[in-house]
Amino acid sequence: MSIMLRKIRILLAVLFFAAVTLLFLDFTGTLHAWLGWTARVQFLPALLALNVGVVAVLVGLTLLFGRLYCSIICPLGVMQDVVAWFGGRGKKRKYRYAYSPAKNRLRYVVLAIFVVALAAGVGSVVALLAPYSAYGRIATNLFAPFYRWGNNLLAWFAERVDSYAFYSADVWLRSLPTFLIAAATFVLLVVLAWRNGRTYCNTICPVGTILGFVSRHSLFRPVIDTAKCNGCKLCSRRCKAACIDAENHIIDYSRCVACMDCIDTCAHGAIRYARRKKEAAFDATPDTVADVSRRHFLTGAALLAGAAAAKAQEKKVDGGLAVLLDKKVPHRATPIVPPGAQGLWHIARHCTGCQLCVSACPNGVLRPSTDLRMLMQPESSYERGYCRPECTECSEVCPAGAIHRITPEEKSDIRIGHAVWIRENCIPLTDGVSCGNCARYCPTGAIQMIPSDAANPDAPMIPVVNEARCIGCGACENLCPARPFSAIYVEGYREHLTI
Amino acid sequence: MKTNDKISRREFLKRLGAGAAVTSAALATGCTPKRATTAAQNEVPDEGMTYRTNPTSGDRVSLLGFGMMRLPMTAAREGGKGDETIDQERVNELVDYALAHGVNYFDTSPAYCRGLSERATGTALKRHPRDRYFVATKLSNFAPETWSRAASMRMYRNSFSELQVDYIDYLLLHGIGMGGMKALRGRYLDNGMLDFLVEERKAGRIRNLGFSYHGDVEVFDYLLSQHDKYQWDFVQIQLNYLDWKYAKQINPRNTDAEYLYGELAKRGIPAVIMEPLLGGRLSNVPDNIVARLKQREPERSVASWAFRFAGSFPDVLTVLSGMKVMEHLQDNLRTYSPLQPLADEEFEFLQQTATLMMQYETVPCNDCKYCMPCPYGLDIPAILLHYNKCLNEGDIIDNPQDSAYRRARRAYLVGYDRSVPKLRQANRCIGCNQCSPHCPQGIDIPHELRRIDAYVERLKRNK
Repeated sequence: MSIMLRKIRILLAVLFFAAVTLLFLDFTGTLHAWLGWTARVQFLPALLALNVGVVAVLVGLTLLFGRLYCSIICPLGVMQDVVAWFGGRGKKRKYRYAYSPAKNRLRYVVLAIFVVALAAGVGSVVALLAPYSAYGRIATNLFAPFYRWGNNLLAWFAERVDSYAFYSADVWLRSLPTFLIAAATFVLLVVLAWRNGRTYCNTICPVGTILGFVSRHSLFRPVIDTAKCNGCKLCSRRCKAACIDAENHIIDYSRCVACMDCIDTCAHGAIRYARRKKEAAFDATPDTVADVSRRHFLTGAALLAGAAAAKAQEKKVDGGLAVLLDKKVPHRATPIVPPGAQGLWHIARHCTGCQLCVSACPNGVLRPSTDLRMLMQPESSYERGYCRPECTECSEVCPAGAIHRITPEEKSDIRIGHAVWIRENCIPLTDGVSCGNCARYCPTGAIQMIPSDAANPDAPMIPVVNEARCIGCGACENLCPARPFSAIYVEGYREHLTI
Repeated sequence: MKTNDKISRREFLKRLGAGAAVTSAALATGCTPKRATTAAQNEVPDEGMTYRTNPTSGDRVSLLGFGMMRLPMTAAREGGKGDETIDQERVNELVDYALAHGVNYFDTSPAYCRGLSERATGTALKRHPRDRYFVATKLSNFAPETWSRAASMRMYRNSFSELQVDYIDYLLLHGIGMGGMKALRGRYLDNGMLDFLVEERKAGRIRNLGFSYHGDVEVFDYLLSQHDKYQWDFVQIQLNYLDWKYAKQINPRNTDAEYLYGELAKRGIPAVIMEPLLGGRLSNVPDNIVARLKQREPERSVASWAFRFAGSFPDVLTVLSGMKVMEHLQDNLRTYSPLQPLADEEFEFLQQTATLMMQYETVPCNDCKYCMPCPYGLDIPAILLHYNKCLNEGDIIDNPQDSAYRRARRAYLVGYDRSVPKLRQANRCIGCNQCSPHCPQGIDIPHELRRIDAYVERLKRNK
């Protein structure tokens, strides 16, 4: 029976890990209906979403069975287990761990920083430390491209056999800083897990620390039967959490992730997963140090470049395609966040920076912010597409309540910003042709075309924006023919309004 | 009733003939009848090409002419940047094969294939004796900056060097009628170019002088009224079974081929036929049209009907076909080696087919790319062709309640992104309308793009 426990743990962990990972890889908008709950039961998103039920269940689970959460539900924990498993192949490597005392000072300091950041609404620090967010970044930035390339290969074949089963998905770097953070986190975790197992979970991870407080008092736990123990210490050398002090037959339950490996290892049946016998008194007062270290990141995009619109080419021969410059991100005084996010203050307080919305956005609009205060939290920009009226994907996937669930009907009323016209780039004035694409595609009819010269009704027509009707969807900006900078762009609102 | 009678008698005779052929084949191969391993239709006849004689020059011209407007490129259009070059080796192969099978008329222009066609044509033909082929090129007319006498001269002289010839067999004023009488005067009359070309013909550097016509019929009528003065050796018109009676109905700016051909026949001017297949639209037809044509001739291609139609008129000198792949060339060779002229009843049958085809709202785009490049980067023909393709395949479904809607929606949207990069799709059209005047079919391109985009937008919104 005891041996089965480990197998069950592994099976559940693999299922959970696959489900959460697929959630981040899927770009078709279909899986979240089935697997979205795996993100919503993550501790921090549930906490930020003020989802009392989930938090209570997770605390209860930990109180009953120990940190099963860390072994099964947390994708970052399972990812480390996978790495540790590869690192532990071979007889010698299998028993490569050793007991080490808890680094409680470090744990509590990090937790304190985390709590302070959370309370102060410094989303970037929260996102940096939170385990689920870290995994989301890794999956979105490092795993998803391979998934999409694989898909694109299938799409390539499908195209050749005239099948529409697969369609091509864009692979693009949404934000360099976030990518670098994801890569650095991944490398660090791989090294730590390869060598020492769950170091991150028991030193840095604030969720691990919080659950550690609870798991000390868990009802069920691995217990060493001193009568059967022959002191071989294999359990300790097998413990990836480094929490078994085999010499003294003591297990640090605040660090034990209930992986059941030790039970599996002990040849003498000296370790059992059993009900607690007596209370071991712990006295832990966290030291509070609130020295938030700052990091500086290079923002990847150099925004100010000369606005050289591609001049229309005169036709001399037939055929060929005009060269198109890529659109560049305009400088926005206020960043745009998607409808449902309510505004900058709301998203900053609730977003865990997990990138689920970013990977779900089918229109290439969302990307992680490079702004230090909102680092890794989503923001909208319209170079690749615009926030289409029928799409509410990001609001459907958000597990943390940072982007509230909205319907397409509600979306049509939410004003996330408004369009601003830039005379110097406007094609009717620069190229002398009629245009009006911004007005044509405005879903709310907020743009109308008027003669550029009030005295002359035949003057080139230019757009004017009725800010009161503009919802900031970016159709005008995206479909504007001026390149690389559009002649109309969207300024975000700090707080979203409704029409 | 009488027609029905005819059909069955005809069918009967045909079956009898086929039966006799099979029997004799069986007898020839031995006692035991064997199954044929390949169909006879796959064989390409080495000889037997039908030739027509040009009454003015006495040229013996193959009924199948090689159009050099759509040539094999080094990369497919999908995802391409529009800067592909012509695949000369494949062009050479096609030209060699065509010449070996009796084709001797090659039609190009300084504008075709982004201006690369003339050189490719010349390169391919230079490898053959000069008296084995006739080459046709044009004084093209797209950019007003080429309208001056000096620029026109440069274009004319450049054709000789690109084609590597010292005389041109057939020279055309390109696309008269587009832009009306004003464009004709500005382009060919006021600058004295037409008079110059007449002189060149006298000098022998042009063996036949003619014009190609699209658009405003006033220009066509005017030039024919001046036949005594200019002595047109040939005229190039668009003729096929759809345009015979329906060209004007499809677009009021165009003229029915019946009228155009009639006017030429009246004056004994040989007609060179362009767009016999409407850029492939008459080979890529809705399924019920395919069934209808195949029922008559199961072993002949859909395209063969269009070529037989165009070739059956006695005053047609040659029928131009842009053959990008060997299979098209071979299929056309089968049709014209020799031509089996349409019987009256078959002619009638094709007219009824055209009436049926008129029910479909296909955009009359022939993928000639005269509209390109769009200054704002759209891939206009690719957008229109994708729409036509989906229409032919029954994938244009507007009602989300329709049971086939989901499949059709996916086919349209996924196929759209595959055929046209997002940045070159219809919603990028700003309506500047620089394209429409170049369209020989007179399509109101921005209007069609709006219509298609409105459909795409509905598909996107109604999941």
